[in-house]
Amino acid sequence: MENFEPVIVAFCCHYCAYTAADMAGSQRLAYPANVKIIRVPCSSKVDALHLVKAFEKGADGVYVAGCLEGDCHFKNGNMRAARLVESVQKYLEEIGIERERLEMVMMSAGMGYRFAQVATEMTEKIRKLGPSSIHVALVGRESTLQPAGII
Amino acid sequence: MRTESRLEKVLAAGHLAVTSECGPPRGALPDKVREKGKYLEGIVDAINVTDNQTAMVRMSSLAASVILKQEGLNPLFQMVTRDRNRLAMQADIIGAYSLGIDTMLCLSGDHTKFGDHPMAMNVHDIDSIQLIQMVKGMRDEGKFQGGAEIKNPPRMFIGAAANPFADPFELRVLRLAKKIAAGADFIQTQCIFNVDKFEKWMEQVCARGLHKKCYILAGVTPIKSLGAARYMKTKVPGMDVPQEIVDRMASVPKEKQAEEGVTICVETIERLKKVEGVAGFHIMAIDWEEKVKEIVERAGLLPRPQI
Amino acid sequence: MITAERKPLEELIEYIKPFKRLLLVGCNECVTVCAAGGRKEVGLLASGLHMAMLKSGTNIEIHEHTLERQCDPEYIDELVPMIDSVDAVMSMACGCGVQEIARRFKGKPVFPAVNTKFMGASERQGVWSERCQGCGDCLLGKTGGVCPIARCAKQLMNGPCGGSTGGHCEIGEDVDCAWALIWERLKELGQEDRFVEITPAKDWRPGGGAGPRKIIREDLAE
Repeated sequence: MENFEPVIVAFCCHYCAYTAADMAGSQRLAYPANVKIIRVPCSSKVDALHLVKAFEKGADGVYVAGCLEGDCHFKNGNMRAARLVESVQKYLEEIGIERERLEMVMMSAGMGYRFAQVATEMTEKIRKLGPSSIHVALVGRESTLQPAGII
Repeated sequence: MRTESRLEKVLAAGHLAVTSECGPPRGALPDKVREKGKYLEGIVDAINVTDNQTAMVRMSSLAASVILKQEGLNPLFQMVTRDRNRLAMQADIIGAYSLGIDTMLCLSGDHTKFGDHPMAMNVHDIDSIQLIQMVKGMRDEGKFQGGAEIKNPPRMFIGAAANPFADPFELRVLRLAKKIAAGADFIQTQCIFNVDKFEKWMEQVCARGLHKKCYILAGVTPIKSLGAARYMKTKVPGMDVPQEIVDRMASVPKEKQAEEGVTICVETIERLKKVEGVAGFHIMAIDWEEKVKEIVERAGLLPRPQI
Repeated sequence: MITAERKPLEELIEYIKPFKRLLLVGCNECVTVCAAGGRKEVGLLASGLHMAMLKSGTNIEIHEHTLERQCDPEYIDELVPMIDSVDAVMSMACGCGVQEIARRFKGKPVFPAVNTKFMGASERQGVWSERCQGCGDCLLGKTGGVCPIARCAKQLMNGPCGGSTGGHCEIGEDVDCAWALIWERLKELGQEDRFVEITPAKDWRPGGGAGPRKIIREDLAE
């Protein structure tokens, strides 16, 4: 794939990362447009199916952004999300997708800068890894799904 | 006398009995059995022949027992419930008796997890206590477990094992009582290193009068090295090796450790002789049969009584 | 419940390689509760298989369907309208479900997606342990409500072996000694006497020793 632009999906908790994204915006901090944000009421609301389906639809990278340890609005949703991410990473390996393509990150609502940093780092990491094999296969099949607008 | 067993005769005559064991080889090596047996000739009253001990495949206890018998020795045929169902066990029991074996030990056996066939099924059609019941039924009622009559029933002197050191401690005497109620004529205990705890157990055994209903042979093991002491202390389930034994092994130079182990063993026997209810000793010198003579001699248990 | 665990994807891929259209069938009963083969796991597996096949250059069409119960023929009928449009079926139910599908659809290959493990209970969130072996002659009334057949590694019926240490089994510290549990319960219940009684050799016929088992309820059977 020439001129590869990674497609990255970020599931962001409403109480932290999503607000941090807002903060980044109001602080005029730039972050790559590759990251598509999906707001969730808590990182633990993200299901394994959401993560796996994102890859199935052609995402090159996915991350779940939850609150800092001990700060979950719903007590321990962020820690549950972290465990889920770990188990889905194993599943991805079984399928043949590098586990590095999925990550759990934590931040607080005030961390606009960290949000932008995470988005940039993830995008760069995935850019180095190259397109996911599923993304390649989908494009190869001349899928109607366009990599940039699949979600 | 219930049987023709030499062990029974020695015990019934009031002598302190001595038994030891011989682990069959891992191969078709009948001479190896004879060699191990030779070390014990005239030294012990019966030789336990282990049945796939530690869940490792070895020459069958039955075959090795027969080899010893052919050498004029007295095998004590061990049988575990792990490897075969009640049909196979009864068949082996009458087979063994037909070949002159009259003494046996009923066990459940180490779990296959510990052996070299961890993928094998653990049979456990019956448990060790039910095996004792079955052998007794075969002998005293002349019946198979299924109820049919046995022609010329096997007259086995029935042994069982007891581990005074496993948990829950309060069940240890109760379980012994169950084994005796099931029909055990004699008991061989797990290796005793913690004599204090054994004495506590024997007090309860005697308080219930169990020592009068069955002969209790105290198990002892000479420790070969410091490493072996540590291994038994930490790695063997149901084994109680006090720290002072480990320290004592550590206090002597490596080349003297084997000798120290034998000395500890002899001292243990001397102490156990004074414990009420002890009817003899079972010396488990694992792959160290050649040392048994020295232990028995130093413990003042030679010569063995002529029956 | 009957517990199960998904088979490795590699094994499942081998099964489905020759096919173009697959029906993946879940079950809403036990395997849903133990998170092995319910609607959600069907979705996850369909997605995973789809991606794995895509990677190897084949596009497989996977239809997902989860039945109320796979061990009852009435529910299996629900698959009738779908069956002709697929080449094979993969079941995420226990072995009973797989066999019911195989019995119903003669010419259609059926593959198990899970390994059926045991009859167990949920110890805590995400942990299931074996509790029953279906021996057909329940002795829980005599053993303080703890089963020595299912929970003692040697199925001992008359007390703990010499390997019981500190409440755990000789096979591992993560396994409780069933007899230590039984004894605790008997003490709590003041039924220590129960231990003294010798449990005779078990009749294994009701436990499968007499061949495949069957229950016929005259009042219900047609």
